[in-house]
Amino acid sequence: MAILVDENTKVLVQGITGGFGGKHAQLSIDYGTQIVAGVTPGKGGQTFGTSTPIYDTVSDAAKQSGATVSAIFVPPPFAADAILEAVDAEMDLVIAITEGIPVADMMRVKAAMEGSKTRLIGPNCPGVVTPGRGENSHGGCRIGIAPGYIHKRGNVGVVSRSGTLTYEAVYQLTELGYGQSTCVGIGGDPINGTSHLDVLKMFNDDDETEAIIMIGEIGGNAEAEAARWAAENCKKPIAGFIAGATAPPGRRMGHAGAIVGGEEDTAEAKKKILAECGIAVSETPSDMGKTLVGML
Amino acid sequence: MNIHEYQAKELFEKFGVPSPNGQVASTAEEAESAANAIGGSGLVVKAQVHAGGRGKGTFKNGFKGGVHLADTPAEIKDLAAQMLGQTLVTHQTGEEGRFVNKVMVAESVDIESEFYLSILLDRATCRPVIVASTEGGMDIEKVAEETPDLIVKEFVHPLAGLQPYQVRKLTAVYGLKGDTAKQFAKLIKNLYKLFIACDCDMVEINPLVVTPDGDVLALDAKFGFDDNALYRHPDIVAMRDTTEEDPREVEASEYDLNYIGLDGNIACLVNGAGLAMATMDIIKHCGGDPANFLDVGGGATKEQVAAAFKIILSDPKVEGILVNIFGGIMQCDIIAEGILAAAAELAITIPLVVRLEGTNVAKGRELIANSDLAVIPADNLNDAAEKIVKAVNS
Repeated sequence: MAILVDENTKVLVQGITGGFGGKHAQLSIDYGTQIVAGVTPGKGGQTFGTSTPIYDTVSDAAKQSGATVSAIFVPPPFAADAILEAVDAEMDLVIAITEGIPVADMMRVKAAMEGSKTRLIGPNCPGVVTPGRGENSHGGCRIGIAPGYIHKRGNVGVVSRSGTLTYEAVYQLTELGYGQSTCVGIGGDPINGTSHLDVLKMFNDDDETEAIIMIGEIGGNAEAEAARWAAENCKKPIAGFIAGATAPPGRRMGHAGAIVGGEEDTAEAKKKILAECGIAVSETPSDMGKTLVGML
Repeated sequence: MNIHEYQAKELFEKFGVPSPNGQVASTAEEAESAANAIGGSGLVVKAQVHAGGRGKGTFKNGFKGGVHLADTPAEIKDLAAQMLGQTLVTHQTGEEGRFVNKVMVAESVDIESEFYLSILLDRATCRPVIVASTEGGMDIEKVAEETPDLIVKEFVHPLAGLQPYQVRKLTAVYGLKGDTAKQFAKLIKNLYKLFIACDCDMVEINPLVVTPDGDVLALDAKFGFDDNALYRHPDIVAMRDTTEEDPREVEASEYDLNYIGLDGNIACLVNGAGLAMATMDIIKHCGGDPANFLDVGGGATKEQVAAAFKIILSDPKVEGILVNIFGGIMQCDIIAEGILAAAAELAITIPLVVRLEGTNVAKGRELIANSDLAVIPADNLNDAAEKIVKAVNS
């Protein structure tokens, strides 16, 4: 069944006429994903590509197209507003790809979203892929910026903050012959909509997911929180990796959230907690797939 | 981004957060006239560098201490002359120290009691949190460890803002009464305004002092700003002092590249922050030592990749380069073109291992294979790390 999205999911893209949004909307369409509408204020009535209609507002686009999920490629100064517009249009799921949104904006967005039915994934994330069953996983639901062809439909759930590390894990799994149920990039910002824990819970409840790879990095305690929950509640084997063992303390390593503040933030501390919670921790990023397969 | 103490004072003045009377000076003469303008007999002169431990630091000319008390403007002039244009080494600067372009001259304040006060962004609750403690002037992490009961946290709802009852609770933490309590209430309200208006991710006042006359003053402050929000704060960007930063990091930021210099000899060029960290980790795991963190980002151009190579190669410690690209947004052929452009211009003579995977990978590999560059291709991340460590160590 996969989680969050599948081949039947209808998706609209906010910022579809921008270079970045347009490029990835097209790649998703090529992958077989149902991109049913685009939104760019002031460009309503135009068409993206061959047949995707563009609307001025998200609520119009959702009503006309039946989309339940929005992908956001809007530039940082306008992204918080774009997320809240999608929430107002009662989308089920909003996936914010945009990198560089001010933290204060996200703080207000999170507070404003309390009590709404919408789930937010990201921002600063690679998005979500539920691979299809065609050649090179064609026919799946690709929302965001991941290279589609590295996937393969199967039974491993992948959750990670980092885009490229997600691709790395997915690629390793596919090479080893193991497909994925759904791959979720939750994003590298200090404040995000969906946590490692949220995704673990969904994978735990998903019939199609039989094993999980959880990838984390230095900063914050989200991985530890998820691991502690998993130790008590998760029925499925989990392999993990934490990036940033060689990162100097007090420096922001690219991701706004990747900074070692206290002792619990370090890669060593997180790896230790994961191991204590029964998660098989991969020694190197090159062994994530192997480590999981070793548990099966 | 960091700012100097005198710049923090300017922000405090703008937002109505009281701090001791003081002025910045670039020459000994300016320092003297600043002292004259401030008046009184208790004065202090402080070297302006982005590093802690100034008081206990030593200048490379042998002069001891980056913070000094003085009684007269003439003394201030003399002290400033020994600090300005000199390099101050503290426990936070490393051996190379920091060059002192400016000093701040201020009134020296008598202290009745000193407290700790900060506003931070709390990741777990996604809210600003005000941290207050009666243990001022100490290392707050030590206080948190040894006497956690002496630290009080007040979370602020981001949409409601700081409420009067929260101000009363904080006032009670410090046990302030009468006019002093009123002064503090004004200070914390203004400090919260500043935190929000300037998109700070941290403002720390340590110590916050009460004088024998009952006045409340921010004696020393530390600021952190959210880099993502700098686009809407040109006034804060203008406070950036690039002489305080690693010149390679400054150059990288001009090209929108994320570069952080480290001590090793294997440079890496990677797309994506997570993979860049993981690449450093695996180099170490294979027995090597990473020279840097470098994330070229998702949409890097040929020019950016070439600039990244130049920055990497400007580090004399570098003896080998590992390029690790897993293209999602990033196209492998763009990276390949960047490598070729840089190689043509820079004549790379040290070992270069390239691992490409992802979007347009075939095109990227072909470009490199068809060039006359001595690139060592790698099949996967582990292979890449092993090859570069071997090449550098042989």
